[in-house]
Amino acid sequence: MSDATAGPRKRPGSPRKGAGKGAGKGAGKGVSGRRLGRRENLAGYLFLSPWLAGLVLLTAGPALASLYLSFTDYNLFDSPQWIGLDNFSDMFADPRWRKSVEVTLQYVAIGTPLKLLAALGAALLLSSRRRGQAFYRAAFYAPSLVGASVSIAIVWRAIFSDDAIVDRTQRLFGVDIGGWVGNPDTSIYVLVALTMWQFGAPMVIFLAGLHQIPRELYEAAEVDGAGPWRRFVSVTLPMLSPVVFFNLLLETIHSFQVFASALVVSNGRWGPADSLLVYTGYLYEQGFVNLRMGYASAMAWTLLLSVGLVTAVLFWSQKKWVHYEGSER
Amino acid sequence: MTRTRAVRSIAWHLGALALLAVLLYPVVWVIGSSLKPNEEIVGSLQLLPPDPILDNYRRLADGIAGISVSTFFVNSLVLALGSVAGVVLSASLAAYAFARIRFTGRNALFTVMIGTLLLPYHVLIIPQYIMFQKAGFINTYVPLLLGKYLAVDAFFVFLIVQFMRGLPRELDEAARLDGCGHPRIYWNITLPLCRPALITSAIFTFIWAWNDFMGPLLYLNEPEKYPVSLGLKMFIDQDSIQDYGGMIAMSLVALLPVLLFFLVFQRYLVEGAATSGLKG
Repeated sequence: MSDATAGPRKRPGSPRKGAGKGAGKGAGKGVSGRRLGRRENLAGYLFLSPWLAGLVLLTAGPALASLYLSFTDYNLFDSPQWIGLDNFSDMFADPRWRKSVEVTLQYVAIGTPLKLLAALGAALLLSSRRRGQAFYRAAFYAPSLVGASVSIAIVWRAIFSDDAIVDRTQRLFGVDIGGWVGNPDTSIYVLVALTMWQFGAPMVIFLAGLHQIPRELYEAAEVDGAGPWRRFVSVTLPMLSPVVFFNLLLETIHSFQVFASALVVSNGRWGPADSLLVYTGYLYEQGFVNLRMGYASAMAWTLLLSVGLVTAVLFWSQKKWVHYEGSER
Repeated sequence: MTRTRAVRSIAWHLGALALLAVLLYPVVWVIGSSLKPNEEIVGSLQLLPPDPILDNYRRLADGIAGISVSTFFVNSLVLALGSVAGVVLSASLAAYAFARIRFTGRNALFTVMIGTLLLPYHVLIIPQYIMFQKAGFINTYVPLLLGKYLAVDAFFVFLIVQFMRGLPRELDEAARLDGCGHPRIYWNITLPLCRPALITSAIFTFIWAWNDFMGPLLYLNEPEKYPVSLGLKMFIDQDSIQDYGGMIAMSLVALLPVLLFFLVFQRYLVEGAATSGLKG
C-alpha cells in the first residue's frame, strides 16, 4: 500500500519525454485515433469483465430465468412443466398469499411514514448546531447498522413478549392486551417499532439536506414576519422535498423486502395466525420449504412489478409535491 | 436573552438525551439480561441485575449443540473478510471503467448497472439457488462469496464511480502522457486516491456480510459451516427455547464486532450513509 501511495508522487520527475510522445500521437489523428479508440474499448471491457460476468450469471440472467420459471411448475428435480398463467391465477386465489400481501402492505404503509417522521423530527432537532451534535448524530445512526441482525430481532421479541417491559408499561395505563408478539392484532407493530428504531439512516440524509438550505431564505422569511412554524412549512418543507422524495423511495422499496426480522420475531412460524407472514417469508416458504419454485418465481415477479409500479407512482406524484430549486423559472 | 438561550439549550439536550435513552434501551437490555439467570430474563424489569452472573457466558463457551461458538465466529469472519476483499477489488475495477475509460456502450451499461440497484434480491434467489444447486455448490461458501467478486452489489460500484468523478483528471492525464496504461493508472493513482470510498465500501460490506441471514439460511445446511447469524437461529429452532440466557449472551457477542466497527469507523459510516443512502 505504501508503494502504491508513493506512485503519483514519483511521476512529476519525467514529464518531458512523455509529453513529446503524447503530442506525436495527437498529431496523426486518423488511424492512430481509431486504434486508440479500439484500445479504450478493450481496456473498458477488460476492467468491466467481472461486473459483466456477474450481470449475466447472477443478476440479469437469473431475473430472466425467474420470469420463465414463473410460467412453469418446477420442483428442482423434475424438468419444468409449462403451465402458462396458472401460477398467477393460483396465487390470486390463495388465501395465504393474500394474507402475505395484506401483512406487507400494512407494514410498508404504517412503518415507512412513521420511520420517516421520526427521522425528520430527529434531523430537525440535530440541525441546530450545538455541542454534542456530532455525537448524537452518530449514536442515532448506530441502530441502522444492527437493526437487520438476528440478535436485535431476538431482543425485540423478548421486549414485546408477555410480562416484559412493554406489556408492564401499558398495564400501568390500563391497557391489558398482553405482549404484542403473541397477539395477531398487534404483532405487526413489533416490526413497525423495529423499523422505526432504525430511523438513523434516513435521518443523516435529511440532515445533509437541511444543511443545504441557504440561510438567507430563513432570514428573508423572518424579515417578512414569519414565525417558526410558518418558516418550517414555507421554507424547510419545500426545500427539503427532494430529500423527502429520495428517502421515501428508498425506504418503501426496502421495506417491501423485510424478511429476517419477521422470521425471528415469529420464531420462524410467521404467526400468530399468519400475522407476520410477510411477502418474502411466504415466497421463501413456497420456494424452499415446499419446493414450488415456479410458484415462488411468479410471486417474485409480482413483487418486482408491484415495487416497479409503486416507484412509478412515486415518480409521477413528485410533480405535485417535490420542489426542485430553479425549475420554476 | 441569555436566560432563554440557556433554557433552550437545556431543552435541546433533554430532548436529545431522551431519544438516546429510548434508542439505547434494547442494547442495555441485552447487556443486563445476559448477566441474569435464565428464569429472570423476561419477567424482571430490573435493567441491570443486582448480582450479575456469568453462567450464560460459561455455557456459551461450552458450545451450542456440540459446536464451539468460536467456530461460528471464524466462519463469519471468513465470510465477511472474503466479501470485503471481493467487493473492494471488483467494484473498484468496474467503477474505474465507468468513470475513467471511454468505451462504446458505456452509458447504456451504466444505466443497466443503476437498474440492477432497484432489482429486489428475491427475484434472483430462486434461479441462483437452482444454478448453484446444479453446479454442486450447496453447503459451500461459493454462493455467498461469488457475487462479491463479480461486483453484484451495484451500490458500491455507484459509490466509487461518484467518488472517482470528483477526482482531478490532471493526474491521470499526466500519467497517460508518461506512457502509463489504464492498469497502472488504476492501481497506482486512482485506487490510492479513492481510499475514503473504498474504506466506506469495505466497512459496509463487512457489516452486511456479518449480519447476512438469508444467504447462509438458503445455502448452508451443516452447523459446522454456520456463521454467527445462523448459529443464533439454532436457539430459536427448538420448540421452546431452553437456554434463553445463552441465546441472549450470544446475541450480544454477535453484535460486538459491528458495534466495535461502528466505534472505530463511525465517521466513514455516517458520511457514507449521508451521501449515498447506504443502509446498515
